Amino acid sequence: MAFGGVEVLKGVDIDLFPGEVHGLIGENGAGKSTLGKLIAGVHRATGGTLAINGTPRVLTSPRQAMDLGVALIHQEPLTFPDLDVAENIFVGRQPQNSAKQIDWKGMYRSADELLASLGVSLNSKAKVRGLGVADQQMIELAAALSQHAKVLILDETTASLTPKEVGELFTIIKRLKSEGCAIAFVSHRLDEVFEICDRITVLRDGEKVGERIPAQSSIPDIVRLMVGRDVAAAAARPVGPDQPVMLEVTKLSQGSVFHDVSFEVRKGEIVGMAGLVGAGRTDVACSIFGINPPTSGEVKVDGKVVQIRSPKQAMTEGLALVPEDRQHHGLLLPISIAENASLAILRSLTRGGIIQSKKIGDNAETYRAKLKIALRDVNQPVKDLSGGNQQKVVLSKWLLTQPKVLILDEPTRGIDIGAKAEVHRLMRELADSGLAILMISSDLQEVLTISDRVLVMREGQLVKSLKPGEATEESVMLAATGQVAHAS
Amino acid sequence: MQSKYFLDVRYLLDSSTLYVETGLLAIGMTFIIVSGNIDLSVASMTALVACVTAKLMASGWSIPAGCAAGLVLGLVLGGFNGILVAKVKLPSFVVTLATMAVYRGIAQVLLGAKSAKLPASFVGLDMMHLPGHVPLPLVIFLVIAVILGVVLHRSLFGRWVVAIGTNESASYFAGLPTAAVKISVFALSGFLAAVAALMMNSRLGVARFDDARGLELDAITAVVLGGASIFGGKGTMLGTVLALFLVAVLRIGMGVADVKAEYQLAVIGTLLVVAVLAGNLSAKVNAKR
Repeated sequence: MAFGGVEVLKGVDIDLFPGEVHGLIGENGAGKSTLGKLIAGVHRATGGTLAINGTPRVLTSPRQAMDLGVALIHQEPLTFPDLDVAENIFVGRQPQNSAKQIDWKGMYRSADELLASLGVSLNSKAKVRGLGVADQQMIELAAALSQHAKVLILDETTASLTPKEVGELFTIIKRLKSEGCAIAFVSHRLDEVFEICDRITVLRDGEKVGERIPAQSSIPDIVRLMVGRDVAAAAARPVGPDQPVMLEVTKLSQGSVFHDVSFEVRKGEIVGMAGLVGAGRTDVACSIFGINPPTSGEVKVDGKVVQIRSPKQAMTEGLALVPEDRQHHGLLLPISIAENASLAILRSLTRGGIIQSKKIGDNAETYRAKLKIALRDVNQPVKDLSGGNQQKVVLSKWLLTQPKVLILDEPTRGIDIGAKAEVHRLMRELADSGLAILMISSDLQEVLTISDRVLVMREGQLVKSLKPGEATEESVMLAATGQVAHAS
Repeated sequence: MQSKYFLDVRYLLDSSTLYVETGLLAIGMTFIIVSGNIDLSVASMTALVACVTAKLMASGWSIPAGCAAGLVLGLVLGGFNGILVAKVKLPSFVVTLATMAVYRGIAQVLLGAKSAKLPASFVGLDMMHLPGHVPLPLVIFLVIAVILGVVLHRSLFGRWVVAIGTNESASYFAGLPTAAVKISVFALSGFLAAVAALMMNSRLGVARFDDARGLELDAITAVVLGGASIFGGKGTMLGTVLALFLVAVLRIGMGVADVKAEYQLAVIGTLLVVAVLAGNLSAKVNAKR
């Protein structure tokens, strides 16, 4: 299998058995999603054989794979927002009555039965627009089951789910497994893979580097297989009250989105912000940065009260935001690495209104060395880079503005473990050099390893501030979900 | 019918004066399309500015005052499009489709079916030549193309236009003044439409509400044929100018060969589709490589 002249998969063997959940894991770019898509007929293999139920097949389309009982569930489900749930399940093959007209009654009945069998409480007549990702995945799953799928490929399905939704999905997976489905579970969340899978195949650079039974393996063992070496974690280090407060937020509110959020970040400190998806963390960051200005409350940067109404103004006040959605908010993908890195400070690189290309190149080279960005040429388009290196380009862009406060929203989402450790190391270096860092992350492990202090948000409110000693997986999760701690 | 005029250099040079007006619209359109927008109202702006300046000069305004008023009007008309797009956040397609009708409608209200005569001293720019039989309008067009080419490809403003056309929200997140840039791009388009209007008035000697009818098609065709992506972020001034000359030579050729106007329209329309297809195709081939 080759993409863009690069071989993506090389001689990978894999068996999916009925009644077994098979984990496909590997770093980004390891080829795990590609493998899933090959099996589901989205891409065509350039070599090798694929047998379904023992019969070798050449799949030319997802449609054909579906007819053979193979279905792919996407991370971001492909649904029709303006159709209702039942229509989405049966789209293109709505049941018909004898007069060749759509049998609406029968369709809603079958949809309700399918959803009930999955244990999902969804109204089959509700429009899909406005439903969460988890519900939409259930629709894709129901559609697959309505066509008697026996092989299910779950491609990073848990990436955008909350822990509770992941739990519900796992219950369904276990039931489908007991009913004899063969399930491929593509993920890079190791704890989940260990929880749900009966067998794990590890891919690295398009090659199968190992197959493990979870009970006879461990997370460090798998990580070593994935990256081919040991990964060291950064250590938290409390920052004293003698350090000046660089960002101070007081009673910040925005309509019904979040209210009365107060916290501060000191010079040299990394403050982690945890919480469930939708708790309002990104909204707070965007609000501070002037994208959706707050309705009330006060923001102080370096001791000075600021009224920020646009990112441009935020930049002049010394703020920087590395947004969550790298592709849509962080980068100009078809444009060169060098220009992306200099985008925010382009104005200062002109003479008489004309851009000095040499300075753009020099800046990029400086940060290429500083952040160890793996690239061939600073003039190549940024989309050629891997997720981790793309993130470093976004970082370069903001570091070039010489900010006082750096806000990072999900800085390591979608980037592989090796690059993740790199980003963490960089964050620590930046903090040591005097930057105040606020990091939003849904990756609890990340929050706990890198933060000097942890803030927890729930339903638009800041519910907890935890010092290094107090922050544990349990204390953060309890605060984030609003459950009362069990007496111990 | 064959004609001996087609390959006559003097004839081609003289004919160019018919196309530099379209060319000015195409230069503005290059900025518009690279910024990820479209301006369907360019030809209507040209017509309205032409009618207003003709009327002002007929009512006793001096030539410089009339010209200045026309250029300011162009900026205002374009700027109005830009404000609706950037501030009210309406799609440029809808905004300029509406103003395409509105601006020409105002021109018609102003002059009705009559034509406004321009002062004799204003007429005849197209008959002035530089040594070597190069018509003055062609020179003006090329100078503007070179200056704005440098602006698009080498200046801060130009890079901002490309950035916004590539990914507007990322540009906004990076602190770029996205609204101001979009308004400026539309104002520039209006300004160039006004320059085209003045040239057209000088060439024709009269202004009518249906001046420049349909020129937006030729202008958009030239930009897309010149390699710009209709989705924004990509496009060059050189490509637009070369494609414009291709469209012009095609039109002149068809004119000399006595091809009926309606067939000419069909040929230009087909060329636009082919240009878009070719652009998409080469993008796909590049992606596969």
